[in-house]
Amino acid sequence: MNEINRDAAADVALDVRDLAVHIGGLVALGGISFKVPFGAIVSLIGPNGAGKTTAFNVITGFMKATEGQVFFRGRDLARLTPQLIAALGLVRTFQRTSLFTACTVYENVLTALHLRGRTGLFGSLLRLPAMRREEAGLHTEAQGILDFIGLAGRAGELAGNLAYGEQRLLGLAIALGAKPTLLLLDEPAAGLNPSETEGFKQLIRRIRERGTTVLLVEHDMQMVMSISDEVLVLNQGRLIAAGSPAEVQRDPEVIRAYLGTKRAAA
Amino acid sequence: MKGRLGGLLFLAAAATLPLWLRDPYFVAILTSTGIFIIAAISLNLLLGFTGQLNLGQAAFFGIGAYTSALLSLGFDVDIGLPSPVVVDPKPAWIAFLGAVIVSGLFGWLIGKLAFRVRGAYFVIVTISFAEVMRLVALNWVDLTEGPMALNNIPPLSVWWPGAGVTALVTKAQQYWLVLAVGVLCYFLVARMVRSRIGRALIALRENEPLARSVGVRVTHYLVVATVVSAAIAGAAGALYAHCVRIVDPDVFLFIYTVTMVIMVVAGGKGTLAGPVVGGLIFGLMPQALRGTAPPEVQWVIYGVGIILIVFFLPRGIVPGFADLARLGLPRARSRTARVAP
Repeated sequence: MNEINRDAAADVALDVRDLAVHIGGLVALGGISFKVPFGAIVSLIGPNGAGKTTAFNVITGFMKATEGQVFFRGRDLARLTPQLIAALGLVRTFQRTSLFTACTVYENVLTALHLRGRTGLFGSLLRLPAMRREEAGLHTEAQGILDFIGLAGRAGELAGNLAYGEQRLLGLAIALGAKPTLLLLDEPAAGLNPSETEGFKQLIRRIRERGTTVLLVEHDMQMVMSISDEVLVLNQGRLIAAGSPAEVQRDPEVIRAYLGTKRAAA
Repeated sequence: MKGRLGGLLFLAAAATLPLWLRDPYFVAILTSTGIFIIAAISLNLLLGFTGQLNLGQAAFFGIGAYTSALLSLGFDVDIGLPSPVVVDPKPAWIAFLGAVIVSGLFGWLIGKLAFRVRGAYFVIVTISFAEVMRLVALNWVDLTEGPMALNNIPPLSVWWPGAGVTALVTKAQQYWLVLAVGVLCYFLVARMVRSRIGRALIALRENEPLARSVGVRVTHYLVVATVVSAAIAGAAGALYAHCVRIVDPDVFLFIYTVTMVIMVVAGGKGTLAGPVVGGLIFGLMPQALRGTAPPEVQWVIYGVGIILIVFFLPRGIVPGFADLARLGLPRARSRTARVAP
């Protein structure tokens, strides 16, 4: 299995093959295949219920696939737990804002740096010099992430007290803490005002510039079309179109899925 | 800083208490309260920091008590081998350490088994575990003497400069012993929860899917927390065995776990000082009421106290008063200064 993928692994971050998810009698995903090249921003769009979040859940190990495979950097992710997948460098954010609400912003990011440390029980009980050095490093890193995201001024605030837009930013900061090679963003701009959305767009671009590949699920078409290298369109669990933003926007099937058929529209 | 100063004052008062309070009865009550506080600290690690309600914490306490008692008394037991297993009496300190290790092993076992299920199922598994342990202690008479109890458990002893090896038999000596072990346990838990491990535990409590998404291995950290929690509860049990010097199957009773839960919840779960404050209040309150009110009234007051705390300070006494202090000092709220490593 690894042999087949070795050549492909060179420039493909994520390789999804015939991925199908059946939930009871419902076909949430009916066998989709796509690739995400390293360094790209790829968007997954589609009407509600098209299977976008299901695809995210399967790729990140939160749900099991009924059929098909997911390869990340050439490695089969089947049967890996979310925490192991995160350790490989594939990290997600959540559609509904997901934070450690009772902790401060700073503690949220520090917690997200879990994979960057290796101190175990005895290290923490004995406060060994190695552990102190590691902690100091993690604190620097957490500060760096907060500066990058633009939440440094809110570091001491409880995450639950942040404004909605700031909470979305913190969700992204937490994901960045796990040092993703591939970052899966589930509707980052949902509920944001236009200027916040614009800020988020810039942030995603800068994340890509730092070498992180991005797979984005988003409803804000203006955002999707302006930052994506490639757009994948899902409808009713099937991939109905893939291509550059311009190509996808011209695709008759995409127009039908979004606007309804002529008959339905009439 | 203020918290640290308060802690030092509290510690100084606690350490010198038998010198200025020359009432052996009261010192003895504080000693048994201290043993319960250590048990509450162990429960708080699970309930407060990982959010897992272990209603079988008394099992670890009892296992610690029985292990330490049996090792220091020695025992022989026929478990179907060609010759019975004979263990000679061990020094009390060895028995104490043995109790910590055996309790920790049981913690590992329960953690491994019970964290396959979570929530209500975990609670049921832990209650059952404590009840099974009680029945074993009650019925395995060859080993535990059953309801006749293990008697004449030797006290712990220390080497003291100038005095040589001294057995800790007076009320004041036992008080200092419990205080020393309690302070040690407090700082072990403090270090643990203020480290990468502690952040992982709190992350699991706060938002498990998010914790998993940033790479926190759920079962691993829950088992680590259970092992440490069980070991500390075992230490408390061993202290109980060597101070009270008699252990019977009642140490596994559900009411002891409930007492620990009340101490932790009233004091403030998920705070380091919570179990200490809650333990002092609910350890001393029954004693304070003993002389002044008939038993029925005592229980009513006890119950009303719990209801008032839950009603007015739902997060517990320590977080409640911390909030009050913060309202009084608005500047204390901006804690951005803390970000420096």
